[in-house]
Amino acid sequence: MLHFSRLKTVLILAITALGILFALPNVLPPSVLAVLPHWLASSRVTLGLDLQGGSHILLEVDGAALRKERAEQVRDEVRKILREQKIGYTGLVIRDTIVQFRLRDPADSAKAVTELRKLAAPVSNALMGGGTGEMDLTVSSSADAIIVSLTEAGLNARIRSAVDQSIEIIRRRIDQLGTVEPNIQRQGANRILVQVPGLQDPQRLKALLGQTAKLSFRMVDQSMSPQMALEGRPPPDSEVLQGSDGTPYLIEKQVRVSGEDLVDAQPGFDQNSHQPIVTFRFNSNGARRFAATTQDAVGRPFAIVLDNQVISAPVIREPILGGAGQISGNFTVQQANDLAILLRAGALPAPLKVVEERTVGPSLGADSIESGKIAAFVAAGLVAVFMLAVYGLFGLFALVALAVHITLMFALQSILGATLTLPGIAGVVLTIGMAVDSNVVIFERIRDEAREGRSAIAAIDKGFVHALGTILDANITSLATGAILFLLGGSGPVRGFAVTYILGLLTTVFTAYTLTRLMIAWWVRWQRPAKLPI
Amino acid sequence: MPLIDYIPAHTNIRFMRLRHWTFPFSAGIMVLAVVCFAVFGFNLGIDFRGGTLVEAQTSQQAADLGALREHLGDLDLGDVQIQEFGSPRDVMIRVGQTGADDAAQQAIVAKISGALGADYTVRRVETVGPSVSGELVRQSVIALLLGAVAVLIYLWFRFEWQFAVGAIATTAHDVFVTLMVYSFLGIDFDLTSIAAILTIMGYSLNDTVVVYDRIREMLRRYKKMPLPEMLDIAVNATFSRTIIVSLTTFFACLALYFFGGEVLRGFSLAMTVGVVIGTYSTIFVAAPMLIHLGLRSSTVVPEADKDAAPAPVVAPADVVEEAEIVPPAAPATPGAGNPAPASRRSSKGRQRPRPKG
Repeated sequence: MLHFSRLKTVLILAITALGILFALPNVLPPSVLAVLPHWLASSRVTLGLDLQGGSHILLEVDGAALRKERAEQVRDEVRKILREQKIGYTGLVIRDTIVQFRLRDPADSAKAVTELRKLAAPVSNALMGGGTGEMDLTVSSSADAIIVSLTEAGLNARIRSAVDQSIEIIRRRIDQLGTVEPNIQRQGANRILVQVPGLQDPQRLKALLGQTAKLSFRMVDQSMSPQMALEGRPPPDSEVLQGSDGTPYLIEKQVRVSGEDLVDAQPGFDQNSHQPIVTFRFNSNGARRFAATTQDAVGRPFAIVLDNQVISAPVIREPILGGAGQISGNFTVQQANDLAILLRAGALPAPLKVVEERTVGPSLGADSIESGKIAAFVAAGLVAVFMLAVYGLFGLFALVALAVHITLMFALQSILGATLTLPGIAGVVLTIGMAVDSNVVIFERIRDEAREGRSAIAAIDKGFVHALGTILDANITSLATGAILFLLGGSGPVRGFAVTYILGLLTTVFTAYTLTRLMIAWWVRWQRPAKLPI
Repeated sequence: MPLIDYIPAHTNIRFMRLRHWTFPFSAGIMVLAVVCFAVFGFNLGIDFRGGTLVEAQTSQQAADLGALREHLGDLDLGDVQIQEFGSPRDVMIRVGQTGADDAAQQAIVAKISGALGADYTVRRVETVGPSVSGELVRQSVIALLLGAVAVLIYLWFRFEWQFAVGAIATTAHDVFVTLMVYSFLGIDFDLTSIAAILTIMGYSLNDTVVVYDRIREMLRRYKKMPLPEMLDIAVNATFSRTIIVSLTTFFACLALYFFGGEVLRGFSLAMTVGVVIGTYSTIFVAAPMLIHLGLRSSTVVPEADKDAAPAPVVAPADVVEEAEIVPPAAPATPGAGNPAPASRRSSKGRQRPRPKG
């Protein structure tokens, strides 16, 4: 066991040297990093959000809202088809994901089913881009009742595409904020994880992410007062919506112009009142409709609605033909800014809700790193003193191995681009204590062999042979728990701990076993010991 | 030379005798743990319960908790806890789950930071909605079970079933004691705690496996020795290693506890306790259990057969390292006081280091 071929020696030393090389950029000052080649300079451990500060926000697409919306859409399409085809019906209702009605004349049944089946579209498979053979609607009939049901596959495909579109829109919104480098990824079927490092104002971020930002221009219904509509029943084509100050408005449901036709929105100031406003421009389609609407409605109030809240309802003084307008509504400068961002980035296809948030301020992150460093040095110091006291020279070998082990851990983390989190630091400190384990197993084994009367060299040799099985056994059980931690961790702090823990186990076998053996082999060759120093 | 040889080379403690004391003691601790769970329950953190946590630091000399309580009490947030966190300048505000609505959760943070005013900077905010916390509970339970199963299967492959059962029972013992510490001291039980428990599982097993390895080796060598005596020898032989590694790990945990910052405090306390109890259980629970599980030297597969059997998960030690081909040499002469073993590794001879030049 103590003989190393030249190739092996070179390999072990090369691994150690490479480890030191790749771990170095983590401790070099920026001025030195600037002159290093890029592949090396970029070999640094990424700090988790809990160490550099930032926000981790998990958003969920509101599946229930999406189902409801889709069911209403199907109901309206069904109604339209039945009217076009002159098929008499009663009791058109929605029950969760089913739209049903009764025919006045059961003889129409076959015709109705044929026509309604045309509504169904094949569900496309997200992965292959091909069809799955499933349709998003099924139509069935019994006697005079007809049922149109939304299939689970169709709804899931909608949620999937809503998530995809939302990711795109969220990215656009955050990019508007300027300096931050967001990491946006899908999680599971209906969730989006947004990680933004170093943001000062998580509240603003959440407001930007959580708003659906559906903008619509609609007429105010003046057939009755909003109060009467609230107490009695509003007209069938209108609804009561609140203004930002809580005043109720009676607004027509028909959307005259929608936010989708906006091509630009900018914050600005009103020339007369100097209040912050948002100016917008329509595309040609929007401009045409906007012009037509404003021509019809001179002298009538015209509401600008954002996510079912009336921003303002100005009275149209003259037709607006240029396809540009402005929104005013007692904004602060930041509100006007954010509204412009939302309008430019476009509306989310479905409401998103924040289901988890973890935000750490930059000062706390810096403190965590500081205390982690201190803990690591104290742990290393204690272990060093102890090992030297118990094992003397061999303890020193173990400590060199420990130093290389920590270096290699950082090198691997840097190369893999793994993220170091606060629990990860805890993992590093723990492995400082546990890494000497393999060395202790070996040294104790060597002592045993020496006690059995072997010569120093034979004892060293035997000790290494016998210890290997034990070391592998012990480490593989720990590796199993580490792997499970990693799988459980999701994207959270636990995974960060698992990564350092696993890397620690892997490198410890190399450093404590192979590297220590090399050092001892050299020492044996040089000293030819007759007696063991341990 | 080592400065001091602290750990005597030949400890000869009759550990197995002590099992008549330590088994009831461990059983008592288990009962106590269950009582603790029943009486104190667990202080579930927001990861598992849902809710909001805000850590803030005041620019003043010290945070005025009374004033904060008054301020936040006016907000009508339901169950609010306010406590000092680490230093007098830092406060931790916790708000329980209000209703089952994610949106309501989000409004709370805004209200709190509004109420804190200009004197405070918010250093950390965590909100976990009800949907996420439910999933985290499920995931954590699955993880712990998976961990136990994976380890069990591995041990089954490597050892006889008595060892596997003993190791799992010992690990369960350690996890119970750690949980008891969480329960009794009311430490926040969150995702990090799950990480701590899994780590303790790993550590406790690691310890146990080293001792079991030695026991198995002795079973093959000394077929006639009565089991309790053999276990004593094996535990004594690994005793110094057990103590040394426990100490170094204990040092690392202490360093984390005192210097690692407030966020890691609960984690490192649990780890510290876990290391101590893991060491105790390795010696006083894991080894004696084998007596009660009916282990006999005849139940242990001799090594020679083992090598001929289908390859275990880990290759036998002599295949892993040293690819050097050696002509079969005479087996090593057994040292003094070393009865010739029944079966000896035959694939390797001794290698002397060959000096060059």
